[in-house]
Amino acid sequence: MSNTATPTTHLPHDTTAKAAFGFWVYLMTDLVLFATLFATYAVLRNNTASGPAGKDIFDMPYVLVETMLLLTSSFVAGLAMLAVYKKQKNLVLALLVVTFLLGAGFLGMELYEFNHLVQEGHSWRISAFLSAFFTLVGTHGLHILSGLTWLAVLMGQVIRKGITMHTTRRLMLFSLFWHFLDIVWIFIFTIVYLMGVA
Amino acid sequence: MSHQAKQYTSSDSGAGHGTITTYATGFVLSVIFTLLAYWAVVNKIFERRELIAVIVGLAFAQLMVQLLFFLHLGRESKPRWNLTVFFFMVMVVCIVIIGSLWIMSNLDYHMMPQQMNEYMLQQNMKGF
Repeated sequence: MSNTATPTTHLPHDTTAKAAFGFWVYLMTDLVLFATLFATYAVLRNNTASGPAGKDIFDMPYVLVETMLLLTSSFVAGLAMLAVYKKQKNLVLALLVVTFLLGAGFLGMELYEFNHLVQEGHSWRISAFLSAFFTLVGTHGLHILSGLTWLAVLMGQVIRKGITMHTTRRLMLFSLFWHFLDIVWIFIFTIVYLMGVA
Repeated sequence: MSHQAKQYTSSDSGAGHGTITTYATGFVLSVIFTLLAYWAVVNKIFERRELIAVIVGLAFAQLMVQLLFFLHLGRESKPRWNLTVFFFMVMVVCIVIIGSLWIMSNLDYHMMPQQMNEYMLQQNMKGF
C-alpha cells in the first residue's frame, strides 16, 4: 500500500495525496464550526420563550424522508467514485446526476420546511431555540447548496474533459465533502429532531 | 491492517477506496440504524432518558459505519495524518460541546433560581 508508486507517477500521486490531506484538514475545521453550532443549540434548546418547542413543530415522517434522500445521495456519490476509478465516463455522469437530484430533493424539502415554519409564525425571531435551530440546520443547508453548485461544475468538466487526473482528484474531494455532510446530518437528525420529540 | 489493505488496489490519494461491497454494507447499515432510531422514538419504546441514550448510541454507530465504509478512515498509508487530524478534532469538538453544556448549566444553576424564573414568567404574562 505504501510507496509503491513508480518514480514516473510519483509527482501527480503526491499532489493528489496532498490535496486530499489539505481538504481533509478543511473538513475537520468545518466540523469544529458545526460543533460550536451544536453546542449553541444544545444550550438554547429549552429556551423557547413561551413559543413552540421541537415536538410542537417537527414533522417526523417528513424529516425521515429528507434523511433517506441525503443518505442515498451520499451512497450514490460513493458508487460514482468507483465508476471514476474504472474510467466509465457515462456511468459516472449518470450516477452524479442521481447524486445531484437526491441532494436537490433534500435541499428543496428543507427549504419547504423552513418556509412552512415561518408561515406558521415559527420564525427564528420567536425564541432562542428557533434561532439556534435555523442557524444550525440552515448552515448545513448552505453547505449542501455549495456542494450542489460544485457538483454541477464538476459534471460540466467531466462532460468536456472526461475522466482525467484532474477531474478524478476534484471528484474525490467532492465525494469526501458529500459524505462529510451526510455525517453531520446524522447528528442533526438525532440531536435536533429525534431528541426534540423524544 | 496491511494484509487487508492489499484488497484495495488503487492508492493515489494516500487513502483507500473501497469496493461496491463496502459502500453497500455502509449504506444498508446506515439505513438500518436510522430506521431503528426513528422507530424507537416514534413508538417511545423506552422512558426519555433511556431513549436518548439509545438514539445517541445509534448515531455514533452510524458515524463509525460511515467513517469506515464511506470515508475509509484508517485505510490510508502510513503515516496516518488524516487519522491524527481526525482524533485531534474529535478532542476539540468534545471540549467545545461538553465544556459549553457544563459551563452554561452551571451558570443557570447559580444565576437563575426557580423564584427568579417564576418572577420573569409573571412579568411576561403582564405584558412586561
